[in-house]
Amino acid sequence: MINSSLKQLAALLAAKRISSTELATLFLDRIEQLNPRLNAFITIDRDRTLAEARTADARLAAGESAPLLGVPVAHKDIFCADGWRTTCASKMLANFTAPYDATVIARFKAAGTVSLGKTNMDEFAMGSSNETSFFGPVKNPWSETAVPGGSSGGSAAAVAARMAPAATGTDTGGSIRQPAALCGISGLKPTYGVCSRYGMIAFASSLDQAGPMAPSAEDCALLLNVMAGYDERDSTSLQRETEDYSRDLDQPLAGLKIGLPREFFAEGLSAEVAQAVEAAIAEYRKLGAETVEVSLPNMGLSVPVYYVLAPAEASSNLSRFDGVRYGHRTSDYKDLLDMYEKTRAEGFGAEVKRRIMIGAYVLSHGYYDAYYLQAQRIRRLIAADFAAAFKQCDVILGPTAPTPAFDFGEKAADPVAMYLSDIYTIAVNLAGLPGMSVPCGFSGNGRPIGLQLIGDLFAEAKLLNVAHQYQLNTDWHTRMPEALVVEAPEALK
Amino acid sequence: MKWETVIGLEVHTQLTTQSKIFSGSSTAFGAAPNTQASAVDIALPGVLPVLNKGAIERGIKFGLAIGATVNRVNVFDRKNYFYPDLPKGYQISQLAKPIVEHGALKIHVDGEEKTIRITRAHLEEDAGKSLHEDFHGMTGIDLNRAGTPLLEIVSEPDMRSAREAVAYAKALHNLVTWIGICDGNMQEGSFRVDANVSVRPLGQAEFGTRREIKNLNSFRFLEQAIDFEVRWQIEQIEDGHKIQQATVLFDPDTGETRMMRSKEEAHDYRYFPDPDLLPVKLDEALIEEMRAELPELPQQKEARYQQDYGLSAYDAGLLTQSLAQANYFEAALKALGADAAGAKLAANWMNGELASSLNKAELDFTQSPISPAALAGLLKRIADNTLSNKLAKEVFAAMWAGEGEADAIIEARGLKQMSDTGEIERIVDDVLAANQKSVEEFRAGKDKAFNALVGQVMKATKGKANPAQVNEILKRKLAG
Repeated sequence: MINSSLKQLAALLAAKRISSTELATLFLDRIEQLNPRLNAFITIDRDRTLAEARTADARLAAGESAPLLGVPVAHKDIFCADGWRTTCASKMLANFTAPYDATVIARFKAAGTVSLGKTNMDEFAMGSSNETSFFGPVKNPWSETAVPGGSSGGSAAAVAARMAPAATGTDTGGSIRQPAALCGISGLKPTYGVCSRYGMIAFASSLDQAGPMAPSAEDCALLLNVMAGYDERDSTSLQRETEDYSRDLDQPLAGLKIGLPREFFAEGLSAEVAQAVEAAIAEYRKLGAETVEVSLPNMGLSVPVYYVLAPAEASSNLSRFDGVRYGHRTSDYKDLLDMYEKTRAEGFGAEVKRRIMIGAYVLSHGYYDAYYLQAQRIRRLIAADFAAAFKQCDVILGPTAPTPAFDFGEKAADPVAMYLSDIYTIAVNLAGLPGMSVPCGFSGNGRPIGLQLIGDLFAEAKLLNVAHQYQLNTDWHTRMPEALVVEAPEALK
Repeated sequence: MKWETVIGLEVHTQLTTQSKIFSGSSTAFGAAPNTQASAVDIALPGVLPVLNKGAIERGIKFGLAIGATVNRVNVFDRKNYFYPDLPKGYQISQLAKPIVEHGALKIHVDGEEKTIRITRAHLEEDAGKSLHEDFHGMTGIDLNRAGTPLLEIVSEPDMRSAREAVAYAKALHNLVTWIGICDGNMQEGSFRVDANVSVRPLGQAEFGTRREIKNLNSFRFLEQAIDFEVRWQIEQIEDGHKIQQATVLFDPDTGETRMMRSKEEAHDYRYFPDPDLLPVKLDEALIEEMRAELPELPQQKEARYQQDYGLSAYDAGLLTQSLAQANYFEAALKALGADAAGAKLAANWMNGELASSLNKAELDFTQSPISPAALAGLLKRIADNTLSNKLAKEVFAAMWAGEGEADAIIEARGLKQMSDTGEIERIVDDVLAANQKSVEEFRAGKDKAFNALVGQVMKATKGKANPAQVNEILKRKLAG
């Protein structure tokens, strides 16, 4: 049961073979059992989850049918969910209960899914290893000494350990794709503007995008069908015709042109990852795809550009956490300035403070042109590189991350080394493009490796098709950590 | 040494939209604290701004009304600073691409016309209010006002006296209320003025160092604050001090300005384009729609009144001081069915008796107890000589007191001017017979005696005789 796909779970629910309440209980029990080890969830609320499941059961009983009605899903703790504690993994919001639903959450509610709880993450989504969470790091289900990636590390680990059949994530510079790769699951970052950002706690507004995380591309398509859509409350949300992201899953890949950027296969890429990606390329050739070498000449600038723009936006986005209206406020202060300084010094972790300071610096008088404006110019060049590449190919393929999951503490003391673990994913956010990671192998020590697929604007259905066809012919995405395999209760077999 | 004052104004006008500039909350004034503050207004985690089109429309109207450039691409920027009544920690404003640039407004001071250039006008959101008095040892925050749309109108430093600054502020106040983009209520903070003031030796080309007087919410305070500030700056310089750039506050109780912060304490606002709001492109159709909605503007009306009715520039200027006044004038004229003479009469009474009565009662023209049609009723009786000027004032006072229409009052009080020549002649004969002494004095060359006789006739008619007619009959009889 816990290994069932979303489609299978929905079919079981529709056939009344299992109730939503039973299904939620099954996963809640597994969360209760595994979370003390993996720390994938920040907030679990059995009563609330079961209440949602009963609502879904009532809808099922009333004969309602919807693709994911009654299916449990875990949500990254960056989404405000009415009545749920919503912390963004920060001390600053450790006591904050959201009084409203993010649009993505509201869409899941309307679709009838059941929330299993709020997953752990890097604080304010700033990190690539989950080590910046105020609630402690998430452990990689494949090796508990390894990081799960970040920032959506809790969601990735929860899915990898089958504590949830699927989860939501957000991706500002790779925060869905990199943890998906490191935990051996599938994850999609849609085109900027496809999913509403309303109610998603902002890190870098021009880069943040919500997306699905699940074992397979097929599951991701079902989730994206729920998540995507225009929202009048988000001015950057795009007004487009409703799409069925599953529509092209079964298209054959014969004649598909896959672009291989030479910059993705250069210095810095580990041999094990290179080998797994090469094997995936061979698999695609078997499926009838052609490969063509392309170039993204400005990709090398994407990390520095990102670490100007994202902190700039973050420094401003995080100004609202001032201790005045909600969240943490220092207990002892002598005046307003003292209250601000102590509140923010206590409420934010080191990485968040580092980025606020970088952001304030690059926006300050006299530095704005040299940093912020210059970074914006290069951002446009990076987008132009992709546009040129997509004249030669249908999708771009490469590694998601330069290495498999690294150990806790390995990069924590060296921010630049940590930032470089997103070197292949960041450019995609800067260009606003859709990108996906799917499992494509394992390292010698049994840690998963991810394959990245990048599409042109609005090519989500194409990416899902390309990923699904690969998954029909490989089984990397179906594997799960042996230590965590448990027999389903007899009643549910 | 002679000194010259240089003044530029920044005026925050609150726009008349029903809802806030980036949220759906009401902008109505006076609600209980924080009852008009939504998730967006209090900046909960995750919320996003959505631009209110009504604010853009009002900005366009203002730009068209001052003959300015209406920028077709609008960018909203974040102005970052911390303050408890600024919930997001930044204010959404427009820095590089404001909605309006390069306009002008004409003012009149001592009969001289002067053009004040308007550099720019940009849209932004208001902050909330900090309430320092109501809570002992604490500050209360009311976010009802947070997110209220403002159009900040920035002039060039074109004014040379406090009186010019007041004239400009009044002309601007008239314009924004006239075109309906601001309710102009200064007590409620709908029209707030910051004055940048500097002085320089007369004839010097460079400006002196300026100080900015913040948040003046009446024309009187504006004038007092500038006058004080100018005297202070001149004294400082004459005493050998340099003026330091600073922001100051005006204290109405002492009539003095005092330092709020120096330039060194000024914030670095770290402006950058708000990534939550895409650039707004204005299409020509919307701009034309706004142009079509604009009423005839004050300066157009002023010119037309002079041309069509032969009114003086002074009268026409007064009648177009506010839309309410102009509307009153036009309604009275319509009721009067008037020509140029009637228009002149109406202008005299509006700018005279009515304006002073309204002023005393602290009412505006929309609140006048005498309607335009009722005033026209009075003016008709003046025009047809039923009422002398003196009697007309009596009737006006009765109308003001609510005793009814002019004709009814004339009837009830028997105030009709005597126009029966025969009757006046009889009274004159009686007066002449009874005042032989005066007649003789007049014939002996004492002109004063004539006035005494006129007075006697008026007394006998209880003031109802037409004085001109009395004069003429008396002269004829005395000559005869």
